[in-house]
Amino acid sequence: MRSEETEYNEGPIMSEDKFKYQGAGREYQKQLLTAWYERLQSAKDDGRKVAYLFVPGNIAEFLRVFDFELVFPEVNALQCGVRKTSGDLILKAEDVGYSPDVCGYVKNDIGMMLAGNISPSGTQLPKPDLLLCTYCGCTTFIKWFEALAHYYDVPLVMLDVPYLRSDTIEEEDRQYIVSQLKELAVICEKITGKKYDHGKLVEITRHSAEAEDLWVQILHSAKHKPSPFDSYFEAVFFMAPIYVLRGLPECTDYYRRALLEIQERIEHGIGPIPEEKFRVVIEGPPPWPHFRSFWELLKKWGVCAVASSYSKVGGFWDHGFRHDPTRPLESIADYCLTCYTNLNLPMRTELLHSYAEEYSADAIVIHSVKSCRSFSVGQADMREQFIRKWDIPTLLIESDLADPRYFQVAQLRNRIDAFFESLEHKRLVSV
Amino acid sequence: MLIAGVDVGSTQTKAIILNENAEIMARGIVNTGANVVKAAEKAFNEARKSAKLEEWDVAYTVGTGYGRYKVLFGDMQITEISCHARGANFLFPKTRTILDIGGQDTKGIHINEKGEVVDFCMNDKCAAGTGRFLAAAAEVMGISLDDLGDVALRSSNALRITNVCTVFVETEIMNHLSKGKKGEDILAGVHQSIAARSVSLVRRVGIDPEITFTGGVSKNKGMVRALEEKLGMPINVNEDSQFIGALGAALFALERAKARHDGEAVTAKEEARP
Repeated sequence: MRSEETEYNEGPIMSEDKFKYQGAGREYQKQLLTAWYERLQSAKDDGRKVAYLFVPGNIAEFLRVFDFELVFPEVNALQCGVRKTSGDLILKAEDVGYSPDVCGYVKNDIGMMLAGNISPSGTQLPKPDLLLCTYCGCTTFIKWFEALAHYYDVPLVMLDVPYLRSDTIEEEDRQYIVSQLKELAVICEKITGKKYDHGKLVEITRHSAEAEDLWVQILHSAKHKPSPFDSYFEAVFFMAPIYVLRGLPECTDYYRRALLEIQERIEHGIGPIPEEKFRVVIEGPPPWPHFRSFWELLKKWGVCAVASSYSKVGGFWDHGFRHDPTRPLESIADYCLTCYTNLNLPMRTELLHSYAEEYSADAIVIHSVKSCRSFSVGQADMREQFIRKWDIPTLLIESDLADPRYFQVAQLRNRIDAFFESLEHKRLVSV
Repeated sequence: MLIAGVDVGSTQTKAIILNENAEIMARGIVNTGANVVKAAEKAFNEARKSAKLEEWDVAYTVGTGYGRYKVLFGDMQITEISCHARGANFLFPKTRTILDIGGQDTKGIHINEKGEVVDFCMNDKCAAGTGRFLAAAAEVMGISLDDLGDVALRSSNALRITNVCTVFVETEIMNHLSKGKKGEDILAGVHQSIAARSVSLVRRVGIDPEITFTGGVSKNKGMVRALEEKLGMPINVNEDSQFIGALGAALFALERAKARHDGEAVTAKEEARP
């Protein structure tokens, strides 16, 4: 008889002495993030300035020219989710009047701030010197930083990124962002007392491009059968450095080592699950407070995510984009414009469809997030298209990315089991 | 050879026992209550007893429904979505669309000619449009659930029930009652409200005839009429519609038991899954 709960299995099945690099990606990522939080803790003592910004379309390279330490509130929120502290923090925010319908990340962040701004790893987070709303396509981002600007009484700068209207970037959109970056340089100079240094930006974008090249090789590895890598459940760990440390040499170093782990897996034919039965593309952010349960619900069916949109919220390098040291400002502008939530719905739909084809997926799983309109709007229509236009079996399930109250295990299990049960049955009868 | 299907639903637990010719030998139904493990056993035992047979050698049992993992004597678990598809296909082979209204769930299931699930859709996070909505109405009006449909059928002037919340619908009904509105008209409105919600849910998977209505609410004649009016076409209902999940489970069990008997490797595949 199949048991309801199965043991959690962290990584690939392996025997000890055969492997040199297994676990390196997760372990090194953990070290880097711990070191990052520690560096943030001591920032004020050393007189380093701190900028808060968002992950989608972030301009980390530009801010690093001024030696800003970077804080990503979404990364803090997701870390709180994984560590299961988000529920209490969300209630703190609701206590001061935030509605149950407001984005779980926002409430997690506000709650964290009200509780003394202690990071998920237990270190003190520094107060911002600059709040930079790098992506305004999500109106919640704007309101989020307006609230922080009010609480912290610090300058808030909005980078106005035009919505991407077709699959080619308009030169005027690009130049519009570049002109804003030039204005921002003046503000950054004033806050940090450091001059804008174009040569330094060239150097930083070179580091970014190197890391991006390596990360893309890891993402593309999922085209192997069986896939050596889960592009959703494992990617969330592997992608952290390229979000929070991009442009720094240690980021490139991380991906060099992580790639060795993946290459070793390919060599030995191992992957994230003992036996890959279904290859899926996953759309939407994970339910962080129940990350493991969600993974288990799918692992039970031998599901491997071979591609996902969530692993691209920080950038679409797999389709060719790189930060470009020969035109750093313009490439930063392109990066801002092409962030996932800035794509229009037909582009997002086509992108997921193309992943399903390129990675030989059997199905698409949409995890819809109740409190995130940016992601969730249009997902029901996407599902319709996948099923009717392309005949790709598609499962749509719903919970939340930060609020543990919206994760109903019985309902999710029922939908997931029914979906893979019917895929399995079709496969059995078609053999 | 005898085999069984046990469907542990949120409100009621149903059991079906079949013989090897897929003939229904016995049925059992109990309220699920708090002890899900017991409910599964009780429904199964009731089925046994109703056939006045003391000893059974049930070769294979499939559990389904929300409590499927609590059918501890079961050999395998299959979701009720697959089981309803299988059961509906068995009773009405031309079924392409299933509407299942249970205690807390409403599902639209689109199936192919072999009874395989093509697509399905369920209510999320809200019990409006499910059996629970009817139960709330019955409670506030002091009518038994079994009589609800018949009372609604007497109405010639259905009131419009606008509330989409199972809890707040009680307030709306109280309001109508306080204005002296007729109970049958209120109830007809309640039925129409559920029919509208269910039909819009089932539209998401596509409505192809024939449509088979399953689940506990399918016993309610008022609901059957409200749905037929809303859909503009007849729907299949069988006296065993409430047992369709258990029946489908039993049919899967029969398939597995035969495969096992014939020495096929189906069970090995099942066991391979953690």
